[in-house]
Parts: sequence; structure tokens; C-alpha cells
Amino acid sequence: MGFAIDYWALAPEIILAVTLMTVLTAEIFLPRSLRYITAIIAVMGTIMAMIPLVVLGLSGQTHSMFDGSFVVDDFALVMKGLFLAAGIIVMLMSIAYIEADRFYQGEYYFLMVSSILGSLVMASARDMIILFIGLELVTGPLFLLTGWRKGDRKSNEAALKFFLLGVLSTAILLYGMSFIYGLTGSLTFAGIADASAGLADASAFIMAILFIMVGFAFKISAVPFHFWAPDTYEGAPTPITAYLSVSSKTAGFVGMLVVTYLAFPHAASTWGPALWILAALTMTVGNLTALRQTHIVRLLAYSSVAQAGFMLVPFAVAGVSNSDRALGDAFAATVTYVAVYAFTNLGAFGIVIAAANQTKSGLIERWAGLGTTSPGLATLGTIFFLSLAGIPPFAGWFAKFVMFRSAMGPGNAWTVALAAIAVLNAVIGFYYYARVVKAMWFDPLPDNMDTEVVPVDPALQLSLVLTVAFVIFAGFFPQISAFFGEATRYIASG
Amino acid sequence: MEWFDNGWGLTLITFLPLVGVVLIGLMPQSQEEKIKKTALGTSIIVLGLSILAAFRFDYGPAAEFQLGTSLSWIPAIGSNYHIGIDGISLPMLILSAFVSLLAIIYSWNHWEEPRNPKAFLILILLLEMGMNGTFVALDLVLFFIFFELVLLPMYFMIGIWGDKTPRTVAGFNLTIETRLYASIKFFIFTLFGSAFMLLSFLALYFNAPEQTFDIPGLIAQAPALSALPVAGLIFAGMFLGFAVKVPMWPLHTWLPDAHTAAPTVGSVLLAAILLKLGSYGFIRIAIPILPEQAKQWAPAIAILAAIGIIYGSLACLAQTDMKRLIAFSSVGHMGFVMLGIASLTEVGINAAIIGMVAHGVITGMLFFLAGSMHHRYHTRDMLRLGGNMKLMPKIGGILAFTAMASLGLPGLAGFWGEFAALLGAYNPLPGLDLGIFRGAMVAGAIGTVLTAGYMLWMLQKVNLGEPAAEWEGHEFADMDKYELMAWAPLLVATVAIGVFPNLIFGATSDAVASLVQTAFGG
Repeated sequence: MGFAIDYWALAPEIILAVTLMTVLTAEIFLPRSLRYITAIIAVMGTIMAMIPLVVLGLSGQTHSMFDGSFVVDDFALVMKGLFLAAGIIVMLMSIAYIEADRFYQGEYYFLMVSSILGSLVMASARDMIILFIGLELVTGPLFLLTGWRKGDRKSNEAALKFFLLGVLSTAILLYGMSFIYGLTGSLTFAGIADASAGLADASAFIMAILFIMVGFAFKISAVPFHFWAPDTYEGAPTPITAYLSVSSKTAGFVGMLVVTYLAFPHAASTWGPALWILAALTMTVGNLTALRQTHIVRLLAYSSVAQAGFMLVPFAVAGVSNSDRALGDAFAATVTYVAVYAFTNLGAFGIVIAAANQTKSGLIERWAGLGTTSPGLATLGTIFFLSLAGIPPFAGWFAKFVMFRSAMGPGNAWTVALAAIAVLNAVIGFYYYARVVKAMWFDPLPDNMDTEVVPVDPALQLSLVLTVAFVIFAGFFPQISAFFGEATRYIASG
Repeated sequence: MEWFDNGWGLTLITFLPLVGVVLIGLMPQSQEEKIKKTALGTSIIVLGLSILAAFRFDYGPAAEFQLGTSLSWIPAIGSNYHIGIDGISLPMLILSAFVSLLAIIYSWNHWEEPRNPKAFLILILLLEMGMNGTFVALDLVLFFIFFELVLLPMYFMIGIWGDKTPRTVAGFNLTIETRLYASIKFFIFTLFGSAFMLLSFLALYFNAPEQTFDIPGLIAQAPALSALPVAGLIFAGMFLGFAVKVPMWPLHTWLPDAHTAAPTVGSVLLAAILLKLGSYGFIRIAIPILPEQAKQWAPAIAILAAIGIIYGSLACLAQTDMKRLIAFSSVGHMGFVMLGIASLTEVGINAAIIGMVAHGVITGMLFFLAGSMHHRYHTRDMLRLGGNMKLMPKIGGILAFTAMASLGLPGLAGFWGEFAALLGAYNPLPGLDLGIFRGAMVAGAIGTVLTAGYMLWMLQKVNLGEPAAEWEGHEFADMDKYELMAWAPLLVATVAIGVFPNLIFGATSDAVASLVQTAFGG
């Protein structure tokens, strides 16, 4: 029984907690003109949190606390690294954006770091309560951040929708968890897994699992639980949209991964088929709806719905595979996909922010001629959008590849069928990503367009450089992303 | 030269263009001379290295993969950086390096609107990397990456510099510029095919007794793979990927649009090399890895090839746009290549390879000519052209010569591919349905007549007769020195391959013999 607190294993969380307190305090004492310093503190603190992470990773030991409820293992470390990196990039994107509003900077970064802290907790959660606390810590601050532009009705609408549906999904999730506790008498995933070996056919158990799946389906905006996403994405400040579509979604996937693979390994025949349907629906509906979008953020919103569908494909595979290897492949595929998607999508949103300054609009048609006015921006945008589409040589191809690979592995007719659906969707997906590329390069500059080049602020530039470096490097040397995916496969394959 | 033989040579041939891309990318657009020279220098070095490879290549064991290496690339999925060339890929590699260089030379003073040499040359070099890489890759994942890599540059080439005349899209009640329609159609078609091809590659990997993406490794396991119950499906997926690229009727509809809309250099590269990636895929991957399925599919492929030959030729006769006519002629010529492959014999596959090279050289040349004439007349409408021999005697003469080569005149490069493909179809692999193949051969023979028909018809419309009244008083510049430099090598190659087909057969025949021997045991 290890109830002793392993401070070293908790160091990343502790550093973040200290950071967010510092940010909040500093804001009070800083004169308005110097409040950007809060951003620096937040970014530095988040970078600092990576140091213990690396050390923990190199030591290779698994730290388990609170009777196995909080575990720092390779999977947790990989996900934490991803959350921290994504958080840093989003904060870099935010600096100029929030600075332009000139108020509540301290609160902004305080909420941001809180949300990151929540995602770190989630990665280590191996028990329903901690998972729930982590998830709420991720989402709670985001309700506020989404409504950041108080004077903007769309921002208010976004926050309200997000809040209402978020609360609803939380309630459903909790309801399912309470059933599980009632049935198994256990809260830790290991305990649930042990106690549920004979429960696979119990209707209450199946229902509970479906409730939990629905709860997470809201978080990852899977169809038909995605309706909040486009409106929320459009209304929220763009850096927050980036964060929603990457970190918040990834947090949802982390929850889903640990719950399905660790808590319900015996019920794979329940969640496998359910997630098969969810995956097929999500990618198809997301893609088809994206085809009709005219606003870039809404396009990315539906694209992120569709991408969630691709990420769900390996889950469906896990439902039918009987070998440890196929399970491990499926698990690693989701993690790899999520990681590649995170950097690519963050980059794409970085471009959206930069291009919005240039074109003063979020309409895709206003991006026309960006290739002539700002070729650098357009080149980066092209790279990110094509990577999202999965076109070699950019990192996205490997994400799609491992996803297909996991589906082809078991050689089961159902999974192959899902792979075929995914292929068709990948082709459809290319079409709307290409529409943005087409606008930037092929379409002439609109007549009334201001051709004066608006400079991109240095922090945003840095975030773009970081993401594009990853997207190109990991495209040529995919082992870099595969490595992190592979490091986590033991969770599924024992 | 040990470094060269150990894989560095082929690696440089593949990735030097990327170095060129980076260098050019760092230069400001205003330094046009420097940009052009960098691109030219890069492609000259690449061609030099490929010719060096031809000399370092040991033609004794031409069936073996040589000058290659195998390094760990993505251990997580068991994919390696395995490259190498045999007698089949060597001619294709040289063709690719050769045509890319000529494309850059031709570009020197032919810039289409919007003029942007920096971007255009970057795209040519990226294309070259993808094409060279496809021909040296010996790992399915690596092959897939390079196979896909060529899509992007071509997409941009067509989309940015392509034909700007509006066209209506049937069924959508939509009028858009041809370049926009053609570029996305090209991409979607090819992506669709290659995505299914990727699923097949994965199925091969997982079903092989010894799981690997290694092409020679999979060929060694061909009997076991061919016996799989799902082998038919796997072959179908690969067929889809390769057949779209070739393109085979009825998957060809992207080709006339893409070829016609593309800027001159784009059409040349598309016709000369990109199409060959598909037929090369059949020879390198589909047939040796799944020989039994290849046998089952061969009659169907032969029939589609025969339809393609007839259809392509008839479509040519209905064209008024010179460039579109040449585009449709590709459908017919690639039909001969596929007919040769479908026969699954040494003669047929050798015919296919020489047919690929010849088509690359000749049709590439035709597209150059069509582009140069369009540049001068500002139209490709054959009803308005005429008397070209009088207006531009040099270009007219070359056009006549190339058209003769294209229709398969003996003594020129085009002859061997058509002739030997028909020969292969007459006498296909034992066990294949003779009736179907002989029928396909007859169709092919009729196709050669039709080919002669439309080529001569085009010459008559464009070259002969009196110039139309609208050109009266116009002074047309005949061939300039950049055109001469870009074209002369192609003309020489046309004659050289025509007179000495052993230039190609010498490299391929042993490799093809061994391929057929391994796959079909005789």
C-alpha cells in the first residue's frame, strides 16, 4: 500500500501549480504596461515542468502512488510531454492576441496553466475519481476562456453552448462511473478490470460503459455528440480554439484510452463495436460537413471532428483483435495519431491567427492570393493543411499510416471495412484541405484586399517554427513519433 | 567509387534535388539567374550521377539489385530505407533524370503566367526527387511515399500555371477555370487509387509468413502470398493504385484534363515519367509478388488495355485541340505498355519497358512542341492552325519527325514497344486464354493503324497546307537555342533507341527473364 507521496514523480504538477499561483499573484502587482510578464512566467513555468519529465523518462522507473490511483509510467510521461508542449505552443500563440485586448492577462494564463495541470493529472489517473477531477480541471477553465471576448456575442454563445453541453456530458460520465462503482465496488482501473471479468454480459455494466463512452464522446466531439464544437470553436478566441481542438480533445482521448484498455479490457466486445460505429460516423459526417464550410475556423472544427473519427479507428480494432500485438498496435496507433495531429493542428491554427491579421477575415475566400502577399505564411499553411490531409512527406502521412496499419493488422473483415471507409474519408478530407491551399495559391487576390504585409509577432513565429519543424522532420523520419507511440504500447499488450 | 556503390550514389540521385530545393528556397526571387543556375546545376549533377550509375551497374547479374543499401528507417513498423536498382529500374531512372534536366533547360526562357521561376523550379526538382525515389525504392512504404510525393508538385504546377480558360463541370452546373478543375481531379483520382494500394501493401505485410515491407523479401515469399484467400483482394487494391496512374481505361478520365491544362513542362513530365510510375509498379511489385493473381487478372488487363488502345485512338480522331490529342494518344500508347505487361512473357514485359521509355521520349517531345507552338500561335486549335511547315519550318519538321516516331515507324523508338507488345500478346504465358489475347492483339494492330491515322491527320491539319489567313503578316520565331538544347537529346534518343533497341533491352532482358522465371517458372 503506497500512500506515501512521491514528490519527485509529482514534480511537473507541482511546478505548474506554483506557476499558476505566481501568475495570479504577479498580475496584481504588475502595472498594466508590464502585465505581459505574466505570459513569460507562465511559459517559463511550463517549460520548467518539462525538466522533471525528461529526467523521469530517462530513469525509466514507474512510480505508483495512492494505491495505484496515480501512476507515472511511460504512457503518462509521453502524454504529459505532449500536453506541456501543446500548452507552451498555445501560450506562445496567445501572447500578442491577448496583449491586444490589454486586460485580464494574468487570469488568462492562470486559467490556461490550470487547464494544462488538469491534463497532466489525467495522464496519470488510473482511477475514476482522479480521472474525473483531471477532466474537470481541464474543462472548467476552458468554459471561462471560451467566453473571453466578453463584448462579442459569438464568444458568449460559444461559452454558453460549451458550458451546457460540457456539464451535460459530465453528468452522463459521472452517472456511468457511479454504476461501475456499484457493480464492481472498485474505483481503480485495475480493480474494475479484475472485478468485471464475469460482468461482460451484464446489462447494467454494458449500459454503464456506454454512458462513459458517451461522456467522452462529447469531449472528443465525436458524431453525434459534436454539435457544440463548430459554434464554440468559431466564437472562442482563436488560441483557445487551438487549445480546445488539441489539448482538450487529447485529454478526452487519454481518458478514453485508459478507461477502455485498462478498466474495461474484458468488455472490448461492447465498446469495440460501439466505437466502430462512432468512428465511421464521426469521420464521414465530419468530412462531409467540412466540405461545405466557408469559414476557416468552422472548417477546422469539422476537420477536427473528422480527425477524431480517424483516431477512433484503432479502438474499434481493439474490440475484435485477440492478440496482444494487435492490441498494442492499436493503442500505439492512437497515441501516435494524437501526437502528430496535435502539432499539425496547432500549426494550422497558428496560421489562422496570422492570416486573420493579414486578411482581416476568417472567410476562406479572403485567403485568396495569400501566396502572393505572404508567401512564407502560405507555404507554412500549405504544409500544415496537407499534413492534416495525410499527404507525404509531411508528418500526417505517418499518423494515417499507423491508423490504417492497426486496422489491417487483425485481418478481420470488419476492421478492413473500417479501413476502407477511412480511405474514402481520407480522399474526401483532402478535398477540403486542398480548397484552402487552392485559395492561397491558385485564386487571384481579391480586388479590395489590402496588400500591405502585416508582420507576424515573434512569439507566434516561434510557435510556427516549432510546429513546422516537427511536421517536416517527423514526415521524413517518422520514427520520432513512432517512438513515443511505441513507448506506450505495453498498456494494451501487457 | 565504393561510396557510390554502397547506396550513396542512388541516395544522392534521389535527394540532391531536395538540396537544390532548399538552396533555391533560400534565394530571394529577384536573383533569377542564380536560381536558374542552381536548378540546372542540380539536375545536371543528378543526370551525371545516374549515367555514372549506368556505368557502375554490373550487367552480368542485371536481375540483382545493385548499388543499393538497406538502413533502418522506421523500426516501429519494420520499414527500411532499402534502395537499389536492377535492369528494369535503371532505364527508368535515367529517363527520369534525363527528362527532368531537359524540362529545366526548356524552362529557361519559357515561363508561363504567373511568371515565378523560383516556385516553378522548386516544383520540378521536387518532382524529380519523387520520380527518382520511386524507381530506386525497394521497400513498400518508401515506394509509397515517393509515389505520392509526385502528386503535390504536379498539383501546384497545374493549379498555378495551368490553362485558365473556363470550363463547365458536368453534373455540378458549375463553371470554373480548367486548371482548377484539372488539378484537383488529378489529385483526387490518384489519391483514391493509391490509398487502396496502401491498404494492399499493409495486407501483404501482415499476411506474409515473414512480415516485411521489403520488396525482394516479399517476392521471395510469392508462393505463400499468392496462395492466400485474400490475395485477389490485395491484387485488386494494387491494381487500383497502379491502373489509375497508368492510366488504364476506364480510370483514365483525369489524364486528358490534367495533360491539357498543365503548363508545357508539367505535361512533359507527366507524360514522360509520372505515368510510368504506374506501369513500373505493376512490373516491380504487383506481378512478382502475386504472380498467380497476375495470371488471373491478365486477361482482364489485356482487354482493358485493348479497349484503351482503340478508345484512345478514336478519341484522338475527335479532338480539335492539339494538346488534348497528344494527351489521348498517351491513353493508347500506355494501352500497348499494359498489353505487353498483361502477356506476362519476357517479350511482352521487355516491350512494356522499352515502350515506356519510348513513350517518355516521344510524347514528352510532342508536348514540348505543342507547348512551343501554343507559345507562338496562342492557340492549339487545329482548325485554326495549318501551314506550320511554311511558318516555322524547323519546328514543323521536328513535329513531323516526332509524329512519325509516335505512330511507331520502324527504325524509331516507338516501333519496338508496339511491335513487341503485339508479339507478346500473340503468344502469352502458357495457360492464359489465347482467344482473349489474340483478340487483344488484333485490337492492338487495328490501334496501330488508327494511331497512324490520327497522327497523320494531325500533321495534315497543323503542318501542311497553306497558313490560315489570320496568320498573314505575322512573323513567327522558329526554334530558339533553348528549345534546341532541350529537344536535340530527345530526338537523338528517339533515333538511337530505334536503331539500337539493345540500349534498353541490354539492361532489361536478363532482369525481365529472371522476373518471369521466378514468378511463373518458365
